[in-house]
Amino acid sequence: MAHSTLKQLADLLATGKTSSVELSQDYLGRITRQNPGLNAFITVDAERTLAEARAADAVRAAGQAGPLTGVPIAHKDIFCAEGWLTTCGSKMLHNFVSPYDAHVISQFKAAGMPTLGKTNMDEFAMGSSNETSFYGPVKNPWDTARVPGGSSGGSAACVAAGLAPAATGTDTGGSIRQPAALCGITGLKPTYGVVSRYGMIAFASSLDQAGPMAQTAEDCGLLLNVMAGFDPRDSTSLEREKEDYARDLAEPHDLIKPLAGLRIGLPKEFFGAGLTGDTAKAVQDAIAQFKSSALPRSKSACPTPGLSVAAYYVIAPAEASSNLSRFDGVRYGYRTHDYADLTDMYEKTRAEGFGAEVKRRILIGTYVLSHGYYDAYYIQAQKLRRLIAQDFAEAYKHCDVILGPTAPTTAFKLGEKADDPVQMYLSDIYTIAVNLAGLPGMSLPCGFDALGLPIGLQLIGDYFSEARMLNVAHQYQLATDWHLQLSPIMRMETEYKALDALLSVPEAGKKGTMV
Amino acid sequence: MSLSLDDVKRIAHLARIRVSAEEVGQTRDRLNGIFELIAEMQAVDTTGVAPMAHARDVFQRLRPDVVTEPDRRAAYQAIAPQTENGLYLVPKVIE
Repeated sequence: MAHSTLKQLADLLATGKTSSVELSQDYLGRITRQNPGLNAFITVDAERTLAEARAADAVRAAGQAGPLTGVPIAHKDIFCAEGWLTTCGSKMLHNFVSPYDAHVISQFKAAGMPTLGKTNMDEFAMGSSNETSFYGPVKNPWDTARVPGGSSGGSAACVAAGLAPAATGTDTGGSIRQPAALCGITGLKPTYGVVSRYGMIAFASSLDQAGPMAQTAEDCGLLLNVMAGFDPRDSTSLEREKEDYARDLAEPHDLIKPLAGLRIGLPKEFFGAGLTGDTAKAVQDAIAQFKSSALPRSKSACPTPGLSVAAYYVIAPAEASSNLSRFDGVRYGYRTHDYADLTDMYEKTRAEGFGAEVKRRILIGTYVLSHGYYDAYYIQAQKLRRLIAQDFAEAYKHCDVILGPTAPTTAFKLGEKADDPVQMYLSDIYTIAVNLAGLPGMSLPCGFDALGLPIGLQLIGDYFSEARMLNVAHQYQLATDWHLQLSPIMRMETEYKALDALLSVPEAGKKGTMV
Repeated sequence: MSLSLDDVKRIAHLARIRVSAEEVGQTRDRLNGIFELIAEMQAVDTTGVAPMAHARDVFQRLRPDVVTEPDRRAAYQAIAPQTENGLYLVPKVIE
């Protein structure tokens, strides 16, 4: 079924009720039907997917299957995958077939999970609506006139539409959590350094972190088990003991009050002016639900969201201007056709290969790092970053998790903010501080607005508290059904399958079962 | 603070991005809008605060100085815009 969770699919595979090839064909069929309307994928390669699925079935037949062997998954097009076109949503990499695998990709290969395709994204992960993609915007499966959020918008949309049971994403300032909120799915950005950045095309290296996007917190835990781990090829990868992130899920400490003892922080800064009515109400209702099964703690000081946005739009562009200097038309990717000399080639290649938002951020980054402005901008932003991290450290002396909204509004209309970079940046006002501090953060569905668009609850934990956060989210999902609501596209796909089964009845009759 | 047209041209050249004469004005206006947002942070007193370069205060790991990469020149150059005899070609730099 289009809405099966990873857990359910893994059980079907383990009991021999389906095969990886059959499952992959199911999802590829949905992609064929729905992707032309949604534009969630940049690249689909059915032959390659099915070859991986056959290999997974062979592994299972040999009795060597792991927990998720044979379950297919989609990958954000920011991850280099050998033999796959890897564009990062940019014309600059329109012809880049990666010669190697990112660490995350090799982890999923080792787990035996076939790749369903590469998902659409904002160009170089710079955007909050998926409208900066060279490959065109992704449509939100809840309302195709609206954005899915960004930058991991293709990943969020394909999970919400049932085109993939789960997908990978990356989060530099909210790029997993904000699209998860806008598409009504569950997404987790782990603590910085938990997942290797090797082979993940760099945007802002001190902030970028990969994570899972799925229908449930339980699925996110299973995926994090695959993604996390030390990798010597990323100099910021953390050497920690292997952890089972799903370990707490099955065991509530107390059946009546499963979260007894949990201390919740509610920063008043997260409930300020920019928060719209329906979102504010849904988040307050979710908090009330938590209070009934946990120890509430009403106040907690948190960094002023506005300041974190300001610091972020210095630090992230500064790092981006340095990272994106590698795209010069010499070794890979796009090169301009007509040039007089080397400088001319660089300048035209980058002017033609990058889109407007990417160029803006490179220009800002270049400026704040240039002579005479470095101290006033870059160093000042780094000092604010320390203050933000210290504010969180202070808050976690008094609470275990912080709750608040993921995004100030539900999905907005395509084109609504496309011409106003500053308004677009404010979509990430509640998520950015988490990246600056390097903390783990999640978004999970907690309600709908008057138009029926999903609303996300943000859960922020202390460093390395992913297992606890996942359990908190899982307990919430056991008690609520927001995450079980189907987008119109997914509902259509579920009915399509039912229709399919109905039509195949006479076929069964021919085989003699009616005789 | 606000950027002039000459500032934009200078930054664009530093970043090696051609900005056409028609684009300079709009680029400046958009960048100035973003700098207004950034300006908020100047109001915060950060005297005595140490800059934080990284999400976690960790030391850079070192590895033994040995060759770890296999020779994959052919695979890497297969996707290059222009190569010859194992070299990447660019316009003439030195006369």
